[in-house]
Amino acid sequence: MKIHEYQAKELFRKYKVPTPEGGVSTTVEGVEKAAANLGLPVAVKAQIHAGGRGKGGGVKIAKTVKEVTTAAQAILGMTLVTKQTGPEGRVVKTILVEKGLSIKKELYLSIIPDRSTATITIVASQDGGMDIEEVAAKTPERIIKVPVNPITGIRGYHVGQVMFGLQLDKAVMKEFGAILKNLYNLFVDYDCSMVEINPLIITDDNRVIALDAKVDIDSNALFRHPDVVAMHDPNEDDPAEAEAAKYNLNYINLDGNVGNMVNGAGLAMATMDIIKQAGAEPANFLDVGGGANAEMVENGFRIILSDSKVKGILINIFGGILRCDVLAQGVVQAAEKVKLSVPVVVRMEGTNVEEGRRILSESGLKLINATDLADAAKKVAELVA
Amino acid sequence: MSILINSQTRVLVQGITGKEGQFHTQQCIAYGTNVVAGVTPGKGGQSMDSVPVFNTVQEAREKTGADASMILVPPPFAADAILEAIDAGVELIVCITEGVPVMDMLRIKNYLAMKKTRLIGPNCPGIITPGQCKIGIMPGAIHKPGGPVGVVSRSGTLTYEVVHQLTQVGLGQTTCVGIGGDPVNGTGFIDCLEAFNADPETKAVVMVGEIGGNAEEQASAWIKANMKKPVVGFIAGLTAPPGRRMGHAGAIVSGGQGTAAAKIEAMQQCGLYVCEDLGSLGKLCKEAFS
Repeated sequence: MKIHEYQAKELFRKYKVPTPEGGVSTTVEGVEKAAANLGLPVAVKAQIHAGGRGKGGGVKIAKTVKEVTTAAQAILGMTLVTKQTGPEGRVVKTILVEKGLSIKKELYLSIIPDRSTATITIVASQDGGMDIEEVAAKTPERIIKVPVNPITGIRGYHVGQVMFGLQLDKAVMKEFGAILKNLYNLFVDYDCSMVEINPLIITDDNRVIALDAKVDIDSNALFRHPDVVAMHDPNEDDPAEAEAAKYNLNYINLDGNVGNMVNGAGLAMATMDIIKQAGAEPANFLDVGGGANAEMVENGFRIILSDSKVKGILINIFGGILRCDVLAQGVVQAAEKVKLSVPVVVRMEGTNVEEGRRILSESGLKLINATDLADAAKKVAELVA
Repeated sequence: MSILINSQTRVLVQGITGKEGQFHTQQCIAYGTNVVAGVTPGKGGQSMDSVPVFNTVQEAREKTGADASMILVPPPFAADAILEAIDAGVELIVCITEGVPVMDMLRIKNYLAMKKTRLIGPNCPGIITPGQCKIGIMPGAIHKPGGPVGVVSRSGTLTYEVVHQLTQVGLGQTTCVGIGGDPVNGTGFIDCLEAFNADPETKAVVMVGEIGGNAEEQASAWIKANMKKPVVGFIAGLTAPPGRRMGHAGAIVSGGQGTAAAKIEAMQQCGLYVCEDLGSLGKLCKEAFS
């Protein structure tokens, strides 16, 4: 789960990781008031769940009262497009105003889990403020990686490796070391899947401050973080994906015109691939899960059909524990309720498949039976061509 | 022969009295699995379909000699269940539970490194040696006993699809292992490949991967260096958009890493037979393995 920068900074302050003084508002007046309290200059920052906000015009420095107003008016309500939002962008509803600081040095610091070594890895660089993936590609020697075993936790020598690697000035070492340890503790305590500060600045008077903050939290761990659940911003949700989530369906909207409904994530991905190989494009990823029932199938249909691009649907179910006859009944019920407006190809295999096929063929519905996966993909691709 | 489990395996079920636990225990018993005990804290002394229930894994092991455990408890309790089974000395743990936090798995993975226990999963369908023992939630009927093919996969229903196609073309299976779709899991591809390499009845292997991480690349390199048997590889997620988690917690392309194209290329370079079209996997295996 993603949270906003201002929410991430709330967590930072809880863990004694210094952030600039600031205020949050959803109105121009509120932004003006916050700026007046902080004193000029200020940074006016759009709050959306995507990186690259500065380049997209979502972050402005204001040196005068008039500039604060202009910036707030320009940013609030704008559709901010960055390389992470996609071309449709995101409407900005909230602004974080922060006091301007004199920057001596910009660092990069992040903590991520490394799946292949099962460690918690600290990544740091002297090249803060830049796109870190670009730094890693062009000058990999300027990236420091320090793996921490989650059983021992972070120790002094880990902190040392990072600080010496960054060639930090002695004057900031004590403060930096404390921040790194606190950030690690935040990462572990809050089940983060990423904590990133870009840039972490050193000010002219040698203070170390998180100018930016990005925190992603493992969705599987939300059961033990009700305070994070409360930070959820529905403004950031894709409406169809949010609707699907209500019914425990795993749905991702894509650009093609073949809707598909599959049980199991791996088979769903493979089904998308085979649609593409047959010459069409998948309109979505939809995993109804191993324990799908008639109601879930019905909701799946509704969500797929809410996408006006969809010109045909492929249902691919491998009946295991979920029996094909039960599923077929679900499909028939759902198809009658939602009034199918596009052709549907059904491919079923597994437990009780004969009974399932009989139910479908006797339903009177215009469902197209496929004998196997290859046949199903071919048929649906022909229908939408 | 087979790998990891056979008709002698004595299974206990953690979470046996829950809805899922009861159902899948019954399915396993119906398939022929020797389920000797169940564990639910606070329900010791009861029984589920004549399987005795104990309060702790240690007690269940002492009283019944169980050597493998199937875990079907909700995610908040899964880490505890795994650690309890490790500390009780269970040799093989199969954790079916989906939704275990990564932080829990990071600690467990490092703890496992100090122990003899093997963990399969979490977020997996389990493991089956057809005709002998099923520890998991896969439909037993689609399998064909006797080999010669070993199957290892990160997926659930996709594995069923693969197994079904193998059975359709007359290729039986020695053992099928679902290693799970989470970013951090217990047993990996290479562990299974090693075991299949050493198993005389396994003559060939099908490896089913998906986007995310680099386990398939590492496994391909291992195959090139060590594998004495032909391997057919398949990767799901060629059309998955980057930055999106495709159902499985571990199935995500991030920062250009973990793409299906890179995995397929690695498999090709390391001498695997790459199946690019799932619809013809059975046929391809028949050709590659004859």
